[in-house]
Amino acid sequence: MKVDTSKPLEYGTHENSNRIFGFWVFLGAEIALFATLFTVFFVLVNRFADGPSGSELFEIGPVLIETFLLLTSSFTIGLAVHAMRHQYKRAMLVFFGITLLMGLGFLGIEITEFVTYVHEGATLQTSAFLSSLFVLLGTHGAHVTFGFLWGAAIMIQLMREGINPATANKSFIFSLYWHFLDVVWIFIFSFVYLKGLM
Amino acid sequence: MNFDLEKFKVHGEPLIYGAMISIALVSIGIVVGLTVFRKWGWLWREWLTTVDHKRIGVMYILAALLMLFRGGIDALMMRLQTAAPDMKFLDAQHYNEVFTTHGLIMILFMAMPFIIGLMNVVVPLQIGARDVAFPRLNAVSFWLFFFGAMLLNISFVIGGSPDAGWSAYFPLASLEFSPTVGNNYYSLALQISGIGTLMTGVNFIVTILKMRAPGMKLMRMPMFTWSVLITNVIIVFAFPVLTVALALMMFDRLFGSQFFTMANGGMDMLWANLFWVWGHPEVYIVILPAFGIYSEIIATFSKKNLYGYTSMVASMLIISLLSFIVWAHHFYTMGQGVLVNGFFSITTMAIAVPTGVKIFNWLFTLRKGRISFTTPMLYSLAFIPIFTIGGVTGVMLAMASADYMYHNTMFLVAHFHYVLIPGAVFAVIAGFHYWFPKVFGFRLNERIGKHAFWWIIISFNVAFFPLFILGLKGMTRRMYTYSAETGFGPLNMISFAGALGLAIGFVILVYNIYWSTRYMPRDENGDPWDARTLEWATHSPIPEYNFAVVPKVKSRDPFWAMKHDKQPLFEEPITKIHMPSNTGKPFVLGVVFFFLGFFLVFSMWIPAIVAGVGVLIVLAAMSFERDHGFYIPADKVIKTEKKLGGGTV
Ligand code: HEM
Ligand SMILES: [Cu+2]
Repeated sequence: MKVDTSKPLEYGTHENSNRIFGFWVFLGAEIALFATLFTVFFVLVNRFADGPSGSELFEIGPVLIETFLLLTSSFTIGLAVHAMRHQYKRAMLVFFGITLLMGLGFLGIEITEFVTYVHEGATLQTSAFLSSLFVLLGTHGAHVTFGFLWGAAIMIQLMREGINPATANKSFIFSLYWHFLDVVWIFIFSFVYLKGLM
Repeated sequence: MNFDLEKFKVHGEPLIYGAMISIALVSIGIVVGLTVFRKWGWLWREWLTTVDHKRIGVMYILAALLMLFRGGIDALMMRLQTAAPDMKFLDAQHYNEVFTTHGLIMILFMAMPFIIGLMNVVVPLQIGARDVAFPRLNAVSFWLFFFGAMLLNISFVIGGSPDAGWSAYFPLASLEFSPTVGNNYYSLALQISGIGTLMTGVNFIVTILKMRAPGMKLMRMPMFTWSVLITNVIIVFAFPVLTVALALMMFDRLFGSQFFTMANGGMDMLWANLFWVWGHPEVYIVILPAFGIYSEIIATFSKKNLYGYTSMVASMLIISLLSFIVWAHHFYTMGQGVLVNGFFSITTMAIAVPTGVKIFNWLFTLRKGRISFTTPMLYSLAFIPIFTIGGVTGVMLAMASADYMYHNTMFLVAHFHYVLIPGAVFAVIAGFHYWFPKVFGFRLNERIGKHAFWWIIISFNVAFFPLFILGLKGMTRRMYTYSAETGFGPLNMISFAGALGLAIGFVILVYNIYWSTRYMPRDENGDPWDARTLEWATHSPIPEYNFAVVPKVKSRDPFWAMKHDKQPLFEEPITKIHMPSNTGKPFVLGVVFFFLGFFLVFSMWIPAIVAGVGVLIVLAAMSFERDHGFYIPADKVIKTEKKLGGGTV
């Protein structure tokens, strides 16, 4: 494999730079996916039938913690990539690990939230509004879950092999994915929770 | 878990037992055949684990041909059932299942994969690349498509097929009105193959934008490559909508959510909107590459370069944009008001303009050309007038107020077959004849090919023109029978005769493959048609590395320039060539997805969870694998080139 040293490590080979470009294209598809889910949500948001509406259901506290965790984790994965560019393997692993732990914390709160909703009688089956709420949040949460597993796999590879073109490329792509989930969350936070609370 | 065997059974009907027996016989035949001829190893090494774009393309096309026959048998059964008044061949339920699977299979498992197969074979060659950008992902795409298609196909004998039309409108497709597992199959089989298609989209965008040979600027790309690029952009933006729609359908049917229900705030029209936001771009996904195929063929056999290259590209771009803002023309009658209908009417009619531009460009390409009437050219020439009939009737349907008369009649059925069959089917057949010698090293027989052509063209019109008249007379679509007083009988009988003729045509076409394999002479120089683009600059059959030396492109139609203007293409010396190695994981992933889908269809949660974990394990195995491919040494490449001989280097 020819490695072009004038480029950042993760772009080094032709194949790896194609991977990054391909992942951007894939993120385009992900944008279309979430845009569709948001549209569905907006169409159904006032159709809560006999169930609760958003303002009756949402509590700002846990949501703020979720937001804090995810936004900070987006920062730490950035730090991890920065460390990677400088070949600081230990620092990279630490930041990577913090990122995943915060993702896990986010998931924990989200699951608790879901359980609370269900206990208050707001289930997937209650109303169209709740169906779309659960599926929108759940799709994002499933992405975070997948990201957690994927990130963990990459961390193991980093520990085994150190920072090389392959692991650098994977880590960088993972960071794109993680930032993307953060952006989606900002939309959820503003248009689902804040707007719902108003 | 309450395990109920009854759910899996499909009752009654000798037809279904027939289907079961034939599926069993074919499977046994394949297994016995492979064992007797000791071909299991060969199958695994050469095909199931391949990452070569040409082989993957061939597998796509084989699967598509099989599905063409499956969908064609569905079509024959429907035409037979409606050939005369009060026929008792299919009952209402089976008619519903048959038109649903026919539509699904023809569009998603025949037209799409046929086109994806051709683009797999041709696009890397046309841009002078050694493979697609992500060969393994390409294999994943194929196996997901394949096992998605298999999942839908077994529905006929295990549990029952979807029966709410290929558009699966709610509330009809809800658990309440479609209580069998049929529409579960719909939501899962399409989902699995749809993910594969999305991956194809990503892969080909990167391939075309990043893997072109030096000197091949965007505006030097062959028109087929252009059409594929635009198509894949549509795929990447349209398929996620289908993904969501199918997921919501699955949630409604399996987990009792309220998206499309009639109570608790659900909204049935939401489904129709989501479906067609994907569905209309989908028809352009099958038709734009067809436009590309015709452009190549018409230029080659007119011995001229394509007229209006720039306007061809521009019109495809405009069509791709418009295709996203016309979806509501599928339900003008659902009461969305004058303003909305007016908007969608105008955007729909606007599509006729760029399409018209393309038609005129083809005609101008033909003008003063030295035309040779080969089989692929005949299909291309027949396409122009027939597709125009489809297009003009489309503009008729586009007028919202008039559509209140045509809506859901046989007129519509005639219209979309008049666009889909010349637009997609003739194109893939033409492309199949055109590129066949590239892949296999010999041509299909022209005489037999032309026989098939005339059968298909004439029968097509016999089968579908009467439907325009029937529609205007008031015969509605999806109607399993009618009484003699309606007077629909004779025209339906004519249409049935046409359908039989079509079947004969397709049988002749396949017979031609068999005959030509046995008797046709081998091609000598890899360029049997005196063609223009890079795929003809390498040998036929194509060596696994495609080009021994990466070509240097200096103009449009670079191969023509090399032959006629003495513009050198291959200047570098031969060096070692890097190749990706085969892998069985994509196939395994497909199998695991198949089981995941199957268990979900029958709400068997624990096995489904196990299969879901299986998917993650295969993905992890792929992530942990470090495969750097291998090199073919230069002397081996030189040896292969010498053996293939007559070629270019
Ligand atoms: C080869 C000859 C073909 C014949 C004889 C045929 C015949 C038919 C018939 C009889 C119907 C049902 C009409 C009704 O009762 O509503 C139908 C529906 C349909 N066909 Fe075909 N067809 C053929 C090929 C194709 C092809 C190549 C495609 C697509 C590429 C296609 C796509 C469809 C679709 C989407 C429907 C609508 C299904 C539904 O109502 O849900 N057909 N066809
Ligand atoms: Cu449409």
